[in-house]
Amino acid sequence: MTAARLDGVVADARVLVCCGSGGVGKTTTAAVIGIEAARRGRRVIVVTIDPARRLADALGLPDGLSGTPQRVEVDPGPDAGELWAMMLDTPAMFERVVRSHATDDEQAERIVANRFFQNIAGALSGTQEYMASEALHELHGDDRFDLVVVDTPPSRNALDFLEAPGVLSRFLDHTAFKLLMMPTRTSMKVLSIATQPILRAIGRVVGSDVLADAVAFFQAFTGMEVGFRERAEEVTALLHDDSTKFVLVSSPQRDTVVEAVWFAEQLREQGFDVSATVVNRLLPRFGDGTVADAASRADTARERGDHGLAALWANLAELRTVADAERAQLRPLVERVGERPVVEVPRLPSDVHDVAALELLGAHLFHESAPAG
Amino acid sequence: MSNVTVAELTATNLVIVAGKGGVGKTTVTAVLARAAADAGRRVLVVELDGKPTLKTLLPDVEVQHLSAAELLEEYLFEHGFKRIAKRLASTGVIDVIGTAAPGIDDLVVLGKIKQLERSGNWDLIVVDGPAAGHAITFLTSAPGLLDAVHAGPVHDQATDVQALLADRERCQVVLVTLPETTPVNELIELSFAIEERVGVRLAPIVVNQVDAAHDLPDPTEVDFGRARVQVDDAVAAAEFRRERVAAQQAELARLRESVPIEQLRLAARPTADITAADIAALAAELAP
Repeated sequence: MTAARLDGVVADARVLVCCGSGGVGKTTTAAVIGIEAARRGRRVIVVTIDPARRLADALGLPDGLSGTPQRVEVDPGPDAGELWAMMLDTPAMFERVVRSHATDDEQAERIVANRFFQNIAGALSGTQEYMASEALHELHGDDRFDLVVVDTPPSRNALDFLEAPGVLSRFLDHTAFKLLMMPTRTSMKVLSIATQPILRAIGRVVGSDVLADAVAFFQAFTGMEVGFRERAEEVTALLHDDSTKFVLVSSPQRDTVVEAVWFAEQLREQGFDVSATVVNRLLPRFGDGTVADAASRADTARERGDHGLAALWANLAELRTVADAERAQLRPLVERVGERPVVEVPRLPSDVHDVAALELLGAHLFHESAPAG
Repeated sequence: MSNVTVAELTATNLVIVAGKGGVGKTTVTAVLARAAADAGRRVLVVELDGKPTLKTLLPDVEVQHLSAAELLEEYLFEHGFKRIAKRLASTGVIDVIGTAAPGIDDLVVLGKIKQLERSGNWDLIVVDGPAAGHAITFLTSAPGLLDAVHAGPVHDQATDVQALLADRERCQVVLVTLPETTPVNELIELSFAIEERVGVRLAPIVVNQVDAAHDLPDPTEVDFGRARVQVDDAVAAAEFRRERVAAQQAELARLRESVPIEQLRLAARPTADITAADIAALAAELAP
């Protein structure tokens, strides 16, 4: 195991993006990084996407996380900074963005009250990723914080978050948008849906009042898409800035490793740099001995009729088999990220859900004196 | 360990496997399909995310990929958009429709599954459920659209899909979890949400990756004889294992207390890469 740790990553980053596939411990990793960075004097905000209840408890937030930044108490050290946490509330975030960028209250009200808008905010695939990037834009510009740690949404494709800034502006910019807007653009008055064959056909399938909501939304939204596009471009630039670091999170299972390798390649192709890789829940390797050695001791004990002892040696052989298989799975990932640190976090007998376990993870991610295996 | 049989889990024509990301939905889908196919049933597996895994795990079972975007296009094509379906896709109107009527993408997927179920070509259809966190919206897409759309093809489709989901003889949902704190909490929430909001039959819960080493002796009570080398490793390994088994059993007990549904436990495989052979072994363990 390398001695590499995440120390370098939290020292000077302004934005830290934790990415990887679902179920690998991204949220927990983001929280641990946030806690440690705050202890080292940074003013950190951790944005989590779907925090498990226990994570909020572990952070000392009995009422859970909310959609606005909340201060979290960390051990006051000599150089302690501040830790803040918030959960991404996608519909609320979208509404806040609309309200702060509408030309007037009346436009904001018309948009927010529209059912089509509520559907986009609540259900359009990609909206969560897009709002995560709007949140990043907002928090990066907030003087209270000098480090934003973002936990990316558990999408099937981890690249969705990076591409999100473009997706919604494309949606709003769509030919469909122009098609629906045609009545107002050509004659400055809303023509009946019935006069447009395509709209009429759509109306037959989804219902004409549903469609009327969509048309009304695009009309109300006119003019705002420019600001959306500008912010999307700013976020894209921010993601490419040297002060933005990417931490790739994986587990030692074959499918998540395959995804992590693919993701690392995609990031590199797009000019992003993975600063460190965290492999969570790696089974500890008990001793340097071989599987065969432990297995033959088990056989000998069994032949002597000592089944208790045989079971213990067989267990050692089995755990070593899995530990070796996990390390073999990781090889392509370790090769891919080259000289960048790969931090291995051992699997604990039970999963992480309390302060003690967060402390233990922090020790593995940051301190050389971490307890072995 | 458990009285639940795999036959109970595959008793209906349609089985939808659901659970959060990383709990092993795909493994469970493959094991159920394997067990049913080995018992001589005609099995179809439906997957929704386009990953090739299931085909590899079940080389001799038919696997169909259903894509919401393609099905929506096909659906519009069949419902009066024949000439303009391609143009609809390229202009993004399909995105607008999907947004205007949320759930319509899920509904076309379920509609297709309903059609496959009706065809009578298979005795069992196993669906590797929707992506993480998406199970509830997937399962409630039909009632949601029935509220929003009062007539027409979408309404009819939603009515048929709802009838299939609510039919306890034809359809059930298998919830999957791991014997760990966070996945168990999420499963408890998911099962309550399904009970409250979806009128669907819940099959026994499948707990994946259960450590079955119950009879590992306490290493402090075992005589290692003259062995010196590696004894510490064996002791540490045994303590780790015993602690993990105990932690898992506590989670399983907590799950049983919170959700009064039978549990079927799949043993953890000693590997970091589940293969077709592992699936066959797990299915054989479940065979009566």
